[in-house]
Amino acid sequence: MRNRNFAKELGLQSFFVGPVLIFFTLIMVVPFFLGMYYSLTDWNGVARSVNWVGLQNFKTIFTNDPDFWKSFSFTVRFTVLGVILTNVVGFALAYLLTRALKLRNLMRTIFFMPNVIGGLLLGFIFQFIFIKGFDTMYDITGWSFFGLPWLGDATTGFWGITMVFIWHQAGYLMVIYIASLTNVPTEILEAAEIDGASRWQLLRSIIIPLIMPAVTICLFLAISWAFKIFDLNLSLTRGGPFKSTESVAMNIYNEAFQNNRYGLGTAKAMLFFVIVAFITIIQVRLTKKREVEA
Amino acid sequence: MNSKAYTGRTLITEIIMVLVALLFLSPFYFLFVNSVKTFGEIMTNSATWPAVFQWENFSRAWSLTNFPLVFTNSLIVTVVSVILVAIISAMGAYRMVRHNTRFNRIFFLILIASMVVPFQSIMMPLLRVVNELGLTNTRTGLVMTYLGLGGPMALFLFHGFVKSIPLEIEEAATVDGCNRISVFFRIVLPMLKPMLMTIIVLNCLWVWNDYLLPSLILQSPNLRTIPLATFSFFGEYSKQWDLALPMLVMGIAPIIIFFLFLQRYIVEGIAAGSVKG
Repeated sequence: MRNRNFAKELGLQSFFVGPVLIFFTLIMVVPFFLGMYYSLTDWNGVARSVNWVGLQNFKTIFTNDPDFWKSFSFTVRFTVLGVILTNVVGFALAYLLTRALKLRNLMRTIFFMPNVIGGLLLGFIFQFIFIKGFDTMYDITGWSFFGLPWLGDATTGFWGITMVFIWHQAGYLMVIYIASLTNVPTEILEAAEIDGASRWQLLRSIIIPLIMPAVTICLFLAISWAFKIFDLNLSLTRGGPFKSTESVAMNIYNEAFQNNRYGLGTAKAMLFFVIVAFITIIQVRLTKKREVEA
Repeated sequence: MNSKAYTGRTLITEIIMVLVALLFLSPFYFLFVNSVKTFGEIMTNSATWPAVFQWENFSRAWSLTNFPLVFTNSLIVTVVSVILVAIISAMGAYRMVRHNTRFNRIFFLILIASMVVPFQSIMMPLLRVVNELGLTNTRTGLVMTYLGLGGPMALFLFHGFVKSIPLEIEEAATVDGCNRISVFFRIVLPMLKPMLMTIIVLNCLWVWNDYLLPSLILQSPNLRTIPLATFSFFGEYSKQWDLALPMLVMGIAPIIIFFLFLQRYIVEGIAAGSVKG
């Protein structure tokens, strides 16, 4: 009887959990550990034989790979700016769209719409806007902002990607902030208003502390999007000019698929994982601390 | 959070927001009006309404990219991957909540931890695995990869949802003689519907728009999805805006239409999915 029960449970366990377990193992677990191994080899992606090189790849990255650190610096600068700006814009939109505006549902739709377009197509669309659209706008308005060599140098390339990133992602964060803002109890706000709190005080001392859980999530999402940016980077600037806008994800991609140095590429990828995990843990810890209950 | 009356201040906010909304829409305007202009007109003036509507741009881009084929490819990969991700993760989550063994608890923790791993960190060995399985350049290989990559997040969301479903209903069904598998498919799965919709919609957006993974697994032009076709089309006809722009319009149209029809689910799904985190 006990054996039959055990066999039955095992059958059910395999039926329900088996598929997820198999695909997860094949697609995530095995490659992850293989990657750890390959990062210590000179694998070139083609040859069957790979040679163990120990920590040589990591030594190369730290001592002799200025392009990687250049891409790292780009990614950090882009992440800091992109995360702050998407959150500010996303929150501002949400804050204003929780007012009793007549067109607010339509506007929520409009602000979210860019988010459903994939990063790759988006980059191509904005290539046109930056190159042709801005050109025309310059002819019409004469504003020097439109006359800059957009995407043509390091600075405009950086700001170009940042602007498109905000346009793409702010709407998503707006949705989360709206959900959170509508949960702020009206009584607290009314009580504070009666006590003579200004709008700014309401925002700073009541609303923001109460929506800290949403802030945690939005920061988490924005950091993860910005730090791992690839598609938009590829289609908008291809990392150029002169690798000035190459993200870490793209640097890893190029190391593997253009230079055919898979060993070095996987070593970078492992380093990338460690950095991403570290940032994520720190960030979640920091903002969780600041969450309060209503 | 709703203010009471429509005051002058609200009107000013409304006007400002409308202007911001127009700014957000302006890229779409540039894209659409220029997609139907002649090349010469795009070059001389990209801001005005088209002098003549050159619909021919669309028919040329349509046939040059073989749009019906790439659209179908995208559709097949997306539909199959998304449905399978949703079903296998719902099954897994159900079992893991209802049968909370040590193995299932540890597996759940590993799944959550795996969400931190960036795709680039497993990308190259993953291709090796797909290759060893003989699935390079096949849709099966691509779909299988989506199951592994999309599973953890979907399972995590279902896990939280299953916990909120009362056990009594299932117990009643078991007493009535349903076995555990049919309890799941006939009773639990229908109750998961709100979360199921969320997961389907969010995964549709992801798989439909994904470029990197299909670009690594699919080489054959016959299997190309919309992002792959757009990328190669752009490589070939870059700066030929009268062909590239209609292609981009055709590329974004399906997903925008999908969004406009299902936006309630998308927006609710994002809000619901994020609160759990």
